[in-house]
Amino acid sequence: MNTSTLRINQSHAGKSFVASIEKISGQNLLACYQCGKCSAGCPMAAHMDVLPNQIIRMAQLGMQKQLHAAGSIWMCVSCLTCNARCPKGIKIAEVIESVRITMLRNNRREDNLGIMKLPPDARSELPPIATISALRKLAS
Amino acid sequence: MKLVYYPGCTLKNHASNFDVSTVSSMAKLDVEVEELDRWNCCGTVHALDSGNVMNRVAPITNMVRVKEAQASEFMTGCAMCYNTLKRANIDVKARADALDTINDFLSLEKIKYEGDVEVLHLLEYLRDRIGFDNLAKKVTRPLKGLRVACYYGCLLVRPKEVAFDDSENPMIMENLVRALGATPVDFSHKTECCGAYHTVDKPEVIADRTDRIMGSAWEEKADLVVVSCPLCAFNLDFRQDDAKRFNSGFQNMPVLYFTQLMALAFGCDESALRFDLQHIDPLPVLKARGLS
Repeated sequence: MNTSTLRINQSHAGKSFVASIEKISGQNLLACYQCGKCSAGCPMAAHMDVLPNQIIRMAQLGMQKQLHAAGSIWMCVSCLTCNARCPKGIKIAEVIESVRITMLRNNRREDNLGIMKLPPDARSELPPIATISALRKLAS
Repeated sequence: MKLVYYPGCTLKNHASNFDVSTVSSMAKLDVEVEELDRWNCCGTVHALDSGNVMNRVAPITNMVRVKEAQASEFMTGCAMCYNTLKRANIDVKARADALDTINDFLSLEKIKYEGDVEVLHLLEYLRDRIGFDNLAKKVTRPLKGLRVACYYGCLLVRPKEVAFDDSENPMIMENLVRALGATPVDFSHKTECCGAYHTVDKPEVIADRTDRIMGSAWEEKADLVVVSCPLCAFNLDFRQDDAKRFNSGFQNMPVLYFTQLMALAFGCDESALRFDLQHIDPLPVLKARGLS
């Protein structure tokens, strides 16, 4: 992950982003004390540019731009291993879903899936369970 | 005994081997499964934001159909359908406002949903209503010597509210497999995610997951892997060619639905097994164990 500097003060521009993530996910972001257990057990961690515990930290700090640019938010498949193991009971998958939602439900509807770009034979090979779930998670 | 049965979309398409083996093996257990009339797609994934009531409409419409069939419970074998239906049900039972909104949306239906339907997974039905001891009595072809790795994935065991067994070390499928005369094999990746819908746009991720999951079963000298989810089945079976490109040392291994193993042990014929729909042919391993 690239190094980034963030100056934190009371009038931080990311405050409204923090509030919307907490509202959509129903989670208290500040409950996280960065033990890293979510990232340790994450089956997708090897394919992530920002680890789940880092996503929570960035969400606490209102780093909207950096989170929206992270491939990890689309890599998470909501397998819920992190939720099951978090010692503070934080639903990390819900937080990541809410970051996705802030992209999918904005005016630009920033989908992460171009299903029609797949060749027709690749599409027809897929079972409905795969296409429907991918569309529900990755597209608006 | 009659039981309302919800197959789900994929069991009527790519995974019809799961469908026919369920119906046939339940008949051997003297349970008549009655396919739910006018069932619709469950939605496949549970929306994790509680504000999303719209995604609960599809699963809850099925509850209305169950009530129309004058039943108070229904069974599904698909782990993904089970998880989505069960979570939506738990959610609306706890949130009267969400249930009211859904009922308003379904105002043309003759019956209102009041949280009075229960969702059952086939595995819990077999364990709790039939009992593995009783099930063992119906075995005509014991799967002696067959080493089976039981893969649960995510949806049968997480979150805790829907799990009908331990989240980290479930044993229900192992107990079933033992009742069928086979030998369950413990392996490290039985509750590790297969990568799910990334099979659509990131097959390289699935190749990695399939390599790890199937590889861990291979290390424990399993003959085959059994699953309860058509998406896991697709990834672990049909993506083995990708896994082989990813890791040249990858060893092919068949992936079956647990119901196919039941149908085999109950002596059902090929029309109930439909091994022709498998990507990796299970017949060589079954022949080697004297089971085909």
